[in-house]
Amino acid sequence: MTAVVPMEVRVGLDLVDPDDVAASVARFGDRYVSRVFTAHEIECCRRPGRGGGKSSYAIESLAARFAAKEAVLKVLRPIGMRPEWRSIELHRMTGGWCEIRLSGTAAAMAAEAGIAGLSVSLSHEQTLAAAVVVGWCTPRDRGDG
Amino acid sequence: MTVDDTIRGVLTDHARLAVPVESLADDTDLFGAGMTSHASVNVMLALEDAFDFEFSEKMLKKATFESIGSIRTAVTEMTAG
Repeated sequence: MTAVVPMEVRVGLDLVDPDDVAASVARFGDRYVSRVFTAHEIECCRRPGRGGGKSSYAIESLAARFAAKEAVLKVLRPIGMRPEWRSIELHRMTGGWCEIRLSGTAAAMAAEAGIAGLSVSLSHEQTLAAAVVVGWCTPRDRGDG
Repeated sequence: MTVDDTIRGVLTDHARLAVPVESLADDTDLFGAGMTSHASVNVMLALEDAFDFEFSEKMLKKATFESIGSIRTAVTEMTAG
């Protein structure tokens, strides 16, 4: 008989007010955007045919991506060092959904935690952006001591 | 204006705390006082503007922005030499 080894599942949830993101874009402009979001994310959230400043981004989409990065952090459960924002990327697939791609410190933390995979769901409306991230860990790496 | 005055000014403008900045002790937990992660990004960028430097990646940890004292330590390190 094969023993059933429980898999640890971690869930992260975060909410962001798009007005907060709009205020940051208005105050800090592209510097805010480029410090938090990857080139791919920026491209996905850029409104075509506009110039610089707040109006050139889909603010709700940026807010949902920020929420997703925070939700990933809740799954990674970092102690002390936080991964750099851009080391957590929301990669939009051709079908329209997003996948999480980790690099640098975030990838190292996921490996350390034994996280074998991550899945994300984003949602937003004018006044609220939300993201839920589910991570599953390899049983041998459960570190719940 | 002292370094602490500048830090407190940045926090007043960007941290969106639930309590007045004047009431904060040197070691008060800013996240416990209501600063969100998103607000901490604004604080980081505003500090860079105020002190004319860019935080290194190794300083981009929650501990750097968790209190006025920890921010002062980071600013002092970044502006030294």
